[in-house]
Amino acid sequence: MAAPMLRWGCRGRRWAFARVDGGSCHRRGAPTGSTSNQIRGESSVAQQPLHTAQKTRKGEHKWAAVVGLEIHAQISSNSKLFSGSQVRFSAPPNSLVSFFDASLPGTLPVLNRRCVEAAVMTGLALNCHINKKSLFDRKHYFYADLPAGYQITQQRLPIAVNGSLIYGVCAGKKQSQVIPKTVRIKQIQLEQDSGKSLHDNLRSQTLIDLNRAEGQLRVDANISVHHPGEPLGVRTEVKNLNSIRFLAKAIDYEIQRQINELENGGEILNETRSFHHKLGCTMSMRDKEGKQDYRFMPEPNLPPLVLYDATSLPAGADPQQVINIDQIRETLPELPSVTREKLVQQYGMLLEHSFTLLNEVGLLEFFQNVIKETRAEPKKVTSWVLNTFLGYLKQQNLAVSESPVTPSALAELLDLLDSRTISSSAAKQVFEELWKREGKTPGQIVSEKQLELMQDQGALEQLCHSVMEAHPQVVMDVKNRNPRAINKLIGLVRKATQSRADPVMIKEILEKKLSL
Amino acid sequence: MLGRSLREVSAALKQGQITPTELCQKCLSLIKKTKFLNAYITVSEEVALKQAEESEKRYKNGQSLGDLDGIPIAVKDNFSTSGIETTCASNMLKGYIPPYNATVVQKLLDQGALLMGKTNLDEFAMGSGSTDGVFGPVKNPWSYSKQYREKRKQNPHSENEDSDWLITGGSSGGSAAAVSAFTCYAALGSDTGGSTRNPAAHCGLVGFKPSYGLVSRHGLIPLVNSMDVPGILTRCVDDAAIVLGALAGPDPRDSTTVHEPINKPFMLPSLADVSKLCIGIPKFQFCILTFCYKEYLVPELSSEVQSLWSKAADLFESEGAKVIEVSLPHTSYSIVCYHVLCTSEVASNMARFDGLQYGHRCDIDVSTEAMYAATRREGFNDVVRGRILSGNFFLLKENYENYFVKAQKVRRLIANDFVNAFNSGVDVLLTPTTLSEAVPYLEFIKEDNRTRSAQDDIFTQAVNMAGLPAVSIPVALSNQGLPIGLQFIGRAFCDQQLLTVAKWFEKQVQFPVIQLQELMDDCSAVLENEKLASVSLKQ
Repeated sequence: MAAPMLRWGCRGRRWAFARVDGGSCHRRGAPTGSTSNQIRGESSVAQQPLHTAQKTRKGEHKWAAVVGLEIHAQISSNSKLFSGSQVRFSAPPNSLVSFFDASLPGTLPVLNRRCVEAAVMTGLALNCHINKKSLFDRKHYFYADLPAGYQITQQRLPIAVNGSLIYGVCAGKKQSQVIPKTVRIKQIQLEQDSGKSLHDNLRSQTLIDLNRAEGQLRVDANISVHHPGEPLGVRTEVKNLNSIRFLAKAIDYEIQRQINELENGGEILNETRSFHHKLGCTMSMRDKEGKQDYRFMPEPNLPPLVLYDATSLPAGADPQQVINIDQIRETLPELPSVTREKLVQQYGMLLEHSFTLLNEVGLLEFFQNVIKETRAEPKKVTSWVLNTFLGYLKQQNLAVSESPVTPSALAELLDLLDSRTISSSAAKQVFEELWKREGKTPGQIVSEKQLELMQDQGALEQLCHSVMEAHPQVVMDVKNRNPRAINKLIGLVRKATQSRADPVMIKEILEKKLSL
Repeated sequence: MLGRSLREVSAALKQGQITPTELCQKCLSLIKKTKFLNAYITVSEEVALKQAEESEKRYKNGQSLGDLDGIPIAVKDNFSTSGIETTCASNMLKGYIPPYNATVVQKLLDQGALLMGKTNLDEFAMGSGSTDGVFGPVKNPWSYSKQYREKRKQNPHSENEDSDWLITGGSSGGSAAAVSAFTCYAALGSDTGGSTRNPAAHCGLVGFKPSYGLVSRHGLIPLVNSMDVPGILTRCVDDAAIVLGALAGPDPRDSTTVHEPINKPFMLPSLADVSKLCIGIPKFQFCILTFCYKEYLVPELSSEVQSLWSKAADLFESEGAKVIEVSLPHTSYSIVCYHVLCTSEVASNMARFDGLQYGHRCDIDVSTEAMYAATRREGFNDVVRGRILSGNFFLLKENYENYFVKAQKVRRLIANDFVNAFNSGVDVLLTPTTLSEAVPYLEFIKEDNRTRSAQDDIFTQAVNMAGLPAVSIPVALSNQGLPIGLQFIGRAFCDQQLLTVAKWFEKQVQFPVIQLQELMDDCSAVLENEKLASVSLKQ
């Protein structure tokens, strides 16, 4: 076990606690309490509600909700936070457990350098103040998947504090407008993860997996409601939310539940709740241990974690022995907010499109590669990448890296479209063929399937003529000013060309012939 | 051969006067003869003989691994030994066989040492008598020495000899008895508040506690992580230096070890002249005695120890050293402070013993919680449970600031006292190791473990708070014919300087060798009788 944790908290509205775990796991029915205490203490500085649930009945006050998140995120590292054993997704249970992970007597934690670097990088990316000195603490509780009887964390002096993250919220009629918001991050802390309990209720036994390498993200949400201008309400904590969708649902449900409870004269208990995703509601976990005292204590086996920057780096320090914040800052990739801004400016892209491009791993790179190779307008490329390409990926649940269509192929296809060699609908057809992975280029597909647009004006005129003769009633309708009739004629002509004619061209010819 | 020092026997091995297997067998035979001392919990006979065989091959091929190759050693049973049961003298770990070696054990084995067995201790090293382990108390070999017995014969009031045996001190009493009774040449102890130095003083040995961070704790089952250090018990200072040389150095598995380059081999120069030395004599002891314990006990420094201490100071002065009195004003709070810090870490460290993964598990399976509770009740003795209870109390949110944080601050003040003393020009401090010589078991158990530990750690404990190196050197025999030790305390990481001074002092005092011939003879007799008894039973 050894999972680094990053905690971020937002001062004010929202608390984000991120744990970046070197190996992670979930517990059910785990004791709760301490983190909530911290969150509670800090959330009292909240100033404006994030969520405002309004009750419209006359005479009623508005309600404001305060939400704080404790986010447990697994650090992408090869080995665990405090031991040399590996981290690998879906490894057989207990196959990646060192003597330390099993808490054998006499074993000691050894901090994983990669995890510290990841924590610093996360802190920098989230605009945090990086503490040059941070400390490790033990948090005690008895639980079967916590073999040492305590968890190593950073309660008193975490690695990074006071950060912020700008994110977008969809608004407007079609939810198409993105409004930028800021969440404040209280702290980021490195934390060892517990094991994973698998409860077998039939045989009334619990199996423990100490690999701790599953569940890359887990969120605990702390929620309270109050009337604006009045003190904050009593907080509940909804534990172990493992998807963004459930997180949102749980928060919405819990806010409404608390409002209903209070308006009906009830009270909110400071308790731990779980989210039942099938029923869509939160339920009290009714921990029988009551108020937990975690008996925090400094971890005596880990010296203070000291970080350096260019000014404090001791002369002649062995680069393998020290961690230089400035060096990590240099390796920080361009942050998403900067990239999004560039996309909007460079390509005239809508902000929401820039969010979508960045939210899918590899999609931005794919987009940029297409842009590089095609003559098509950036807007056209955006539309194809975000609608057609991403649509196919989603439908088949594939990652960008698994796509059968290469950026070059899409670029070539878009060139054909741009030069009006093929129609849009033919382009869709070509794309579908490309998706089949038959190794053909768009050009080959177009010529094999004869999808080129008919460029021969005379032949097209001839075809139009034949269609008109064959459908006198439709021609009459057109002449009688039925607005749909012309489209029907266009459709009939296209059908006759096997969709190879440009509808715009057909329309021009028909209008001329009908003297419209 | 068994009575020689490690260095001497090492030379004998190199010269082929004796083979490692012969040496090993002699020690094994003596371990059997002295079984009644209860020094060993596990005797690893097969392992030792196999190691001896390999060592012998190396000697034959001229590929000796160094001074420790073929040397029988013993290890306190709170160091993890791969494939060999490691119990901490507790029901909780009976039957627990670690899958790995503690770093210090591995280093000794890498140097070719022969592991004779695992030695007895107070349960989880919590005690100062080696009387509170689940395998019973350790008997001090000096109880059976010619020196002590002759004195007792002169005393008309002496009681029944059999029930009047002496404690070894503790908690590393098994290691001390093992070395003192010549069953091995060196033993590992652990030292958290004096657990190596105290039994060394009572058993007439050199007991060395290295600087915190100089020697790896990886694999040492912890008492107090921030104070524990592996300790070394030998019959002379040079031997301790040889063992330290093998053990010292950074360990990637223990982040609290320091990366200072260590001078190796750890050879001690023979100091010809002490005139450039400054010896500090702390004036802290009587403060402790009157301040902390005035209400319920007034431990007194025996006049013999007091007198030997003065003589030692005089000796340095007469040889030209500067001897000055130094003030360590906060050491009087050391024991109280230690109580809070020790129990808190104990509460935390013992949390892993829950019966789930290793060690003892009770039969109760009503619920996980009920299983934890019963397992821990059955697995730990009263002393361990009492410390866990106190520690958890001190760590409660409402008590943390008032106890733990204050104790940490006091610890810093205590450490600063030493820094100030050394900054004033003192090279080493000289103090008694214990209040008196070893007492009989029946006398010792009149007080409870906590009172005894508080009393017995008085001179040794503050050193652990400050992480300094310290060594107990046997000085002379008391009127009762029992060993008395004095303690030297050095600057952090000046272990070599400290041992150099100790070596000079050792040479001056010429402490007598324990005379155990009578014991050996008696034992042989006892052993033969036992054989007869078993034979007759079978018939």
